[in-house]
Amino acid sequence: MSRIVNQFTSHTQFTNHKQYFIKLKLEDYMSTTEVLVKELVEKNGRTRNSLMPVLQGIVQQEHYLSEEAMLFVAKELDLAAADVYGTASFYTFLDTVPRGKNIIRVCKTITCHMKGKDEIVNVLSNALKIKVGETTHDKKFTLLTANCLGWCHKGPVMLINDEVYPDLTPQKALEIVEEYAKTTH
Amino acid sequence: MENNLKKVDIIFEVDEKVTPIDVLDKTLKRAADEIILDLIDSGLKGRGGAGFPTGLKWKFTRNEDSDVKYVICNADEGEPGTFKDREILDRVPEKIFTGIAICGYVVGAKEGYIYLRGEYNFLLKTLQRKLDIFNSQLKERNFDFTVYLKSGSGAYVCGEESALFESMEGKRGEPRNKPPYPTVAGYNSKPTVINNVETLVYTTMICHMGPEKFKALGTNDSRGSKVFSVSGDTPKPGIYELELGMPLHEFVNEFGDGDAKAIQVGGASGHCVPRKKFNDTIIGFEGIPTGGSMMIFNSSRSMYNVLHDYLEFFTEESCGQCTPCRVGCQQLLKGIEAVKRGERPPAYLEDLKKLTATMKIAAKCGLGQSVGNPFNSIVDNFREEIIY
Repeated sequence: MSRIVNQFTSHTQFTNHKQYFIKLKLEDYMSTTEVLVKELVEKNGRTRNSLMPVLQGIVQQEHYLSEEAMLFVAKELDLAAADVYGTASFYTFLDTVPRGKNIIRVCKTITCHMKGKDEIVNVLSNALKIKVGETTHDKKFTLLTANCLGWCHKGPVMLINDEVYPDLTPQKALEIVEEYAKTTH
Repeated sequence: MENNLKKVDIIFEVDEKVTPIDVLDKTLKRAADEIILDLIDSGLKGRGGAGFPTGLKWKFTRNEDSDVKYVICNADEGEPGTFKDREILDRVPEKIFTGIAICGYVVGAKEGYIYLRGEYNFLLKTLQRKLDIFNSQLKERNFDFTVYLKSGSGAYVCGEESALFESMEGKRGEPRNKPPYPTVAGYNSKPTVINNVETLVYTTMICHMGPEKFKALGTNDSRGSKVFSVSGDTPKPGIYELELGMPLHEFVNEFGDGDAKAIQVGGASGHCVPRKKFNDTIIGFEGIPTGGSMMIFNSSRSMYNVLHDYLEFFTEESCGQCTPCRVGCQQLLKGIEAVKRGERPPAYLEDLKKLTATMKIAAKCGLGQSVGNPFNSIVDNFREEIIY
């Protein structure tokens, strides 16, 4: 966390106006994450066994696990920060790099592969102007591929956040993503 | 050709007169040992793929002397080609809850858990709502048992029971050394029964209909029926409950598109059966066992691509803690790519097969141990496709 704080304080030396603005933002940001972590720990219990639900709860709200968030969790659960990071980095759904508000995961495993997942990935990649693994500039979408999502009889399939969309065609995939683009602010 | 494939309706059957909670009421009046004997008698084996006798698992846990015990439902269905547990969770969750509660009664546990894979999070809300109702029904009956829902976060290896415990304990999903087995030291190092979703439903149904009816299905080595997930080149992909011990050619007659050249039985970690062996392959514990995944490939498919896909999958999903699996998966993938490009001679495939033999002995868990199944069965039967 100290690194981030330094980064911000060095910015604040430019102008008074900017200083005010950034300070306010930084505090707001810290407090929401800290409040969120405290709430999640309260709800799930202050034990190591609560680590997964707490991390999952943060990802649900903030779309990834920031360094700050993981440090707060370590403090609240009385764990080494390395333990928290070690657990988080093991799981595909617990991202430790910033992600978009909507995370698209297209299944790439054999049956979906056979049923045309490449076309789905290509059409989304072109429409969003990002490659697999990237996030759009407006932070609305991240495009990823995933291992078997358990819809082999209805492939190709994708998840957007927790929602599942089976029996895709490139056209259908585009329409679904456009709908998300409209409703995400 | 005559079709003998016997379809069964046990798992998804909805009986208006006898609800799962009625089965629970009836079962809670019986002695725990009697229930275990019924399960052993039924011949029910685990439906997740490994096939351990369910009655014995319950018995071992019951015999452990411990104040705290757990029952866990493994709903971390990650094997490529398997999707039957999702369907069961969606359509008949009460039968699962009942199986968990019966198990809790038998082994003397007070807490049950369902570990649901993160990819199925869309089921969470409905499941939790139904679970709340079920838990309150248990309370009304003064039965001291509660079922909780836990969610995974996208790791195939967490379907391995000891990795699943690690994950529930807030750790990396890295499998443990065995023994001790879960029946002795599982979740929180306490005696734990961990059963697949489908297995728990069968325990409910065996308590409902008695072991005889279940035993009458299947063969000597493979009692009962099983839910199959059918996908790939088939005109009717989906979920089918079929009697175990069926010859593969009957399955192909029913589900193939007339041009099936290979069936991958048991998912990415299972075996690939080529057309010439359809006639003498039995689906069951005496032949090729399966967690339910049946992927059909017709002659338009390249088996190199199939194997490449599987190896990529294992390379990504290997937890990385043991070297044979972590490095082995990578080298198998690089190896077949090198043979394909002509950088290595075809005989290099024999070296790679030796590597899978090493992995089978030296890898810590089922993931690394079973990579040789698809590798050897595809390389042996479709050698030309891998090389040229």
